[in-house]
Amino acid sequence: MLRYIVRRVLWGIALLILVSAVIFLIFYVFPNADPAKLRAGRQANPAVIESIRQQLGLSDPIWEQFLRYMTQVFTPFDWFGAAQHGGTGPLNFGRSFQSNTQVKEIILERLPATALLVAGAVVFWLLMGLPVGIISAIKRRSLLDRTTMVTSLAFISAPVFWLGLVALYLFASDVGRIPIFPGIGSYLNADSFFAKCWSLFLPWLVLAAATAAIYARYLRSSMIDVMSEDYIRTARAKGVGERSVIMRHGVRSAITPIVTLLGLDVGLLLAGNAILTESVFNIPGVGREIVVAINRSDLPVIQGIVLFGAFFIVTFNLIVDIAYAYLDPRVRYQ
Amino acid sequence: MSLLEIQDLKVHFHTDDGVVRAVDGASFAVDEGQTLGIVGESGCGKSVANMTILGLTQSPVTSISGRILLDGRDLLEASPDEMQVVRGQEIAMIFQDPLTSLHPFYKIGSQLTEAILVHKDVPKQEARDRAIELLGLVGIPDAASRMGDYPHEFSGGMRQRVMIAMALVNDPKILIADEPTTALDVTIQAQILRLIQSLQERLGMAVILITHDLGVVADVANYINVMYAGRIVEAGTLDEIFYDPQHPYTWGLLGSLARPDRPRAERLSQVRGQPPSLLAPPQGCHFRPRCPHEFDRCKETPALESRTGTPGHLDRCWLPPEKKRTLRVVKGDQIGLEVPAA
Repeated sequence: MLRYIVRRVLWGIALLILVSAVIFLIFYVFPNADPAKLRAGRQANPAVIESIRQQLGLSDPIWEQFLRYMTQVFTPFDWFGAAQHGGTGPLNFGRSFQSNTQVKEIILERLPATALLVAGAVVFWLLMGLPVGIISAIKRRSLLDRTTMVTSLAFISAPVFWLGLVALYLFASDVGRIPIFPGIGSYLNADSFFAKCWSLFLPWLVLAAATAAIYARYLRSSMIDVMSEDYIRTARAKGVGERSVIMRHGVRSAITPIVTLLGLDVGLLLAGNAILTESVFNIPGVGREIVVAINRSDLPVIQGIVLFGAFFIVTFNLIVDIAYAYLDPRVRYQ
Repeated sequence: MSLLEIQDLKVHFHTDDGVVRAVDGASFAVDEGQTLGIVGESGCGKSVANMTILGLTQSPVTSISGRILLDGRDLLEASPDEMQVVRGQEIAMIFQDPLTSLHPFYKIGSQLTEAILVHKDVPKQEARDRAIELLGLVGIPDAASRMGDYPHEFSGGMRQRVMIAMALVNDPKILIADEPTTALDVTIQAQILRLIQSLQERLGMAVILITHDLGVVADVANYINVMYAGRIVEAGTLDEIFYDPQHPYTWGLLGSLARPDRPRAERLSQVRGQPPSLLAPPQGCHFRPRCPHEFDRCKETPALESRTGTPGHLDRCWLPPEKKRTLRVVKGDQIGLEVPAA
């Protein structure tokens, strides 16, 4: 088991290095504009641009720039002129072209909002999705099953920004018809942790809706498959009560693929996939930051967020793989 | 009164295509210490009939009628809670595929003790000891340490032994074995059959052995029911079925049996045609469309009754017994339905 984990971790690191290389390639070798000009701002004269070019080391050979970039991102050392051109690492993505702050700081400042948004949404979508999936599978073809499945289809089909706007129109305290929940931008004014949670209530529901619907449908079909398995018949034949047959024997098996799904979804959302929800509700998270950065061609910020996202996806994949080995004993010994 | 008596059991499934008459009036009984073999081809209703005894076929689309008397008590009228007590405690069942019949995520020790703990309010340690005892009884070496293994760490034959141990932990009065050896290879088959037989002798329970293989029942059963298309077409002792079979379908089964102790026929004979659709079974005798000896009267449904004069030997065929004796002998003293094709 330990060997399995070590192997997976090493693979994860290798993957991150590969991703960094690709990111470097995209942003520095094929830039859509000259980074020095972008950095210089609107009224730049050639002298300023030239000094920036020197400072960022943009005239150095590509391979030297690449090794310097990798050094700054992954190591604390002053190799390939790291200290001279932008400072040493680790996790040094340089400074924002716009605000001149360290990209690392920008990300760490934005991350809590995204993390809180995602964490709350996960709780909501599990609380909604799992029970609905299980009950629909057990009461298959009942009115309840049909109603929840049609509803879930509606939530899956509804784009999240539309759902967000509808939610605001209905429930936001400022513009809503039934003003019971805090509206747009309330997160910015919330000071306590509780206030932040309360301001995220509507975003949580909106972000959770589609995923809850997907999980409900997925668990339903997985559960229907499992309940026709031979070992479920065995459990019934030995006199296990129906409730225990469903929960201990059925759900235990049906939930395993959901764990995989959950890991990937959380990784993706932390990587910035909550972008639409954050934009609609004006939550200062990573997703919203990357929209701003892309609009302004703020290369270091985009680069930092993309690599951070890759890190989350790789990490949660790793967690999923290890969790899976614990959940399914058949995987452990392979 | 028998230990378990099934009277005119009908199990019908209401599907989108119509009503599937999976079991259409089956009656049989089994007593303590007896082994009843139920023989028939795939889809003849033998598994459905026996799963119905345990209430495992209940669903909104199933309609069940008849009586299932366990010690005189009708199980079809029992409440779900009462049935839960019957399952695993009074009647236990093992299934065809031991590879898929155990839960892949739980250690076999926990699956065995669960079977005890759902019925008996005993300390965990006591249940564990009992489970280890049973694993030893079914011939699993080093039983105590294997309690911590998962099903995928056992071979097919060993898993079937685990299934048998799990079925027997609560000393059931009846063991229903639904094709217990079909998924196993031949050497293991014999071991498992012998195990079931020896356990039966030791524990004195009744066994219902469901199989499509006459060779299997010949080894262990003392009473045989032949089932065809939802009905029992012939019932009798082992000797009666093998040496004085009355129903043409039984002849067909016997004729298609590979007999290594006899000179080899050029080719094994077969029962021609396909079993009827249970959505629309033929009127009268269900075997009529495949039977070479069909005549006018076969359009009426023959009752399952004694026609030979021997009280326990029942069949559903209109042909007079003396005529059957001339029709059924195919080659030498080998019984069959038709002369094997060259």
